[in-house]
Amino acid sequence: MTDYTYTLLIPLIPLALFLFTGLTGHKFKPVVSGLIGTTGLFVVTILSYMTAIRYFWTDHVEGMGYTSLKAFETTWIHFSDKLTVNLGVLIDPISVMMLIVVSTVSFMVHIYSLGYMKGEVGFARFFSFLSLFTFSMMGLVLATNIFQMYIFWELVGVSSFLLIGFYYTKPSAVSASKKAFIVTRFADLGFLIGILMLSFMTDTFDFQTLVSPTGPAITQVGGAAFLGLSGITWALILVFMGGAGKSAMFPLHIWLPDAMEGPTPVSALIHAATMVVAGVYLVARLFPVYSLAAPDALHVVAWVGGFSSLFAAIIACTQTDIKRVLAYSTMSQIGYMMLALGVSGYGGHDGLGFMAGNFHLFTHAMFKALLFLGAGAIIHAVHSNDMKDMGGLRKYMPITHITFLIACLTIAGIPFLSGFFSKDEILTAAFHHNMPLFIIEFAVAGLTAFYMFRLYFSIFWGKETHYHHTPHEAPATMTIPLLILAFGSIFAGYLPFHELVTSDGMPFEAHIEYAVAIPSVLIGLLGIAIATIMYRKQTEIPQRLATGFGYFYNWAYHKFYMDEVYLFVTKKIIFNYISRPVAWFDRHIVDGFMNLIARVIERSAYLIKGFQSGRIQQYGFVFVSGTIALVIIFIYLW
Amino acid sequence: MTGTIPLQYFLIISTLMFFSGIFGFLTRKNLITMLMSIELILNSVNINFVAFNRYLYPDNLHGHFFTLIVIAVAAAEAAVAIAIIINIYRNFRSIEVDKVDEMKF
Repeated sequence: MTDYTYTLLIPLIPLALFLFTGLTGHKFKPVVSGLIGTTGLFVVTILSYMTAIRYFWTDHVEGMGYTSLKAFETTWIHFSDKLTVNLGVLIDPISVMMLIVVSTVSFMVHIYSLGYMKGEVGFARFFSFLSLFTFSMMGLVLATNIFQMYIFWELVGVSSFLLIGFYYTKPSAVSASKKAFIVTRFADLGFLIGILMLSFMTDTFDFQTLVSPTGPAITQVGGAAFLGLSGITWALILVFMGGAGKSAMFPLHIWLPDAMEGPTPVSALIHAATMVVAGVYLVARLFPVYSLAAPDALHVVAWVGGFSSLFAAIIACTQTDIKRVLAYSTMSQIGYMMLALGVSGYGGHDGLGFMAGNFHLFTHAMFKALLFLGAGAIIHAVHSNDMKDMGGLRKYMPITHITFLIACLTIAGIPFLSGFFSKDEILTAAFHHNMPLFIIEFAVAGLTAFYMFRLYFSIFWGKETHYHHTPHEAPATMTIPLLILAFGSIFAGYLPFHELVTSDGMPFEAHIEYAVAIPSVLIGLLGIAIATIMYRKQTEIPQRLATGFGYFYNWAYHKFYMDEVYLFVTKKIIFNYISRPVAWFDRHIVDGFMNLIARVIERSAYLIKGFQSGRIQQYGFVFVSGTIALVIIFIYLW
Repeated sequence: MTGTIPLQYFLIISTLMFFSGIFGFLTRKNLITMLMSIELILNSVNINFVAFNRYLYPDNLHGHFFTLIVIAVAAAEAAVAIAIIINIYRNFRSIEVDKVDEMKF
């Protein structure tokens, strides 16, 4: 076994950067902290790639499966011999894959931010928060036990909160950051209960023990049944609730579109490529338990993912804020990943869905980060988020145009780009295991192509808007990451994922299934074609269609009134029927009781305070009479 | 021991002195008079000490020693009390005990 202890540096470097730029950032010119952060991230990226190459190829014995190993572990809190909380570094196929995703996207976003955030107030603060996020995400990815994961899970939540609220003078950003924090925190409540139930039943937090096919979680399937599901199923459903909150799955998705209030690089890093896939990563991490001990929980994962992807894709077709379109697209694609994990079996070709979900996570990180960074470049040039203010930009921003087009083609599943391979694997897995979900996903594939090209044509083609000043191409610090990510989007699909990242660590044969691939490509092309007709030139069709769909269009335009439903449930129901009575009880019964005690004491004190008159002779008289009385009692009456 | 004064006489005189002291302490308004009343009380106790010593343990001197200590303490107490009274006079322009009633609720 070779030594991977150096991987400890991967989370620790960003932590050091966070402390350094956060504490001393105001002492230098802002650009210095940016450069320090970017350099540090460069080192982290190198280390991550080195780890990946060593783990997957150099140290790998041909024909053997990939096993997980602990590069480092230390006891952090020791409660008793049975209950300890450890911190460590776990190396296995999915954590190494996530290292690549997080470090690549984070590094790209650092470079990009040097250009995008130039001259902003709080430049150093921005970079220190980025480092904090990278540290937390790395800690989450490398967690050796579920409790460590939970700690870093909350830390990414905090850094997401800080970065969404980066423009803290804007009320909308402040409320968006609060919304994101509260919604994910609510979901994390379920996660925590799930962790406690799971570890109560299995006596361990450790991932290696949990997911081992001979471990307690899988062999001693148990726990009292409740509502027809075993205890472990409930535990895993609750754990998935945490994952659904972080990954913006229906119905906990409402924070993600609002999170777009943050700076665009943040949206690319946190709300597209890394943090929001933490939920997928969590399910993948516990996949053997889900698959072998609680298939019912896995069905929940599949259906929530499938429904979310359809739901989000429909909304994405109607939104006009480009970042919101991308946010709903992200939600839809994460739904795909969840669904892939949900329909997967364990081991061999049955585990196709597991591989496909992780594969899509990987390729999605590349092209969605690219889309967001491209959107950032456009917003940088046009100073608006709204499609209505754009049009004809292809002449002004050639590099952004080309890279954005590549990303759109990738997400639409055009052959030979990375999205095609991963999406095709997901569809194949769904096709073999769950036909209704396959049909949903097939429709979503068409919708995806449609809304992405609606976005593309509205930005780069369509009517020529009169701009206040001519839009110009972004600076090199912003276009270079675009080009690198475009390269990744094209070629990431050629990685042999079916050999590297599989449910049981053993490689299996995967091939393109034409019965699935050809229709899915065709429906993608159909979506693109419809979008071309509708949006390439300014036409009346979109307006006519919108009126034609009438109520349904309005419904989707208002995001199916989910925010309103939440407001109704919280404000009208929970506030009125739970919070207010509880507050009344607190104010009148609990406080009232305390006030009563205080008032009784005050009254009686008022009655007897006259005894302390300040007159010495009165005291003396009482004293002497008392003495005499005692003498009489003790001598004559006792 | 014949021809000596019986013990009861001493006790009667000391009781009279003691209650005169108490009465004075509780009724006089002048602080100096109250101080004098306290001296009466102390001295009645002294008489008791000496008398009991003489009649119960004629061979020992413990009662006398106690009396001497009480006299010494009473002298010190009188000095402190008069100092306090002077300060009260400076603050209240009076040594009437009724006027000194600020230490109350």
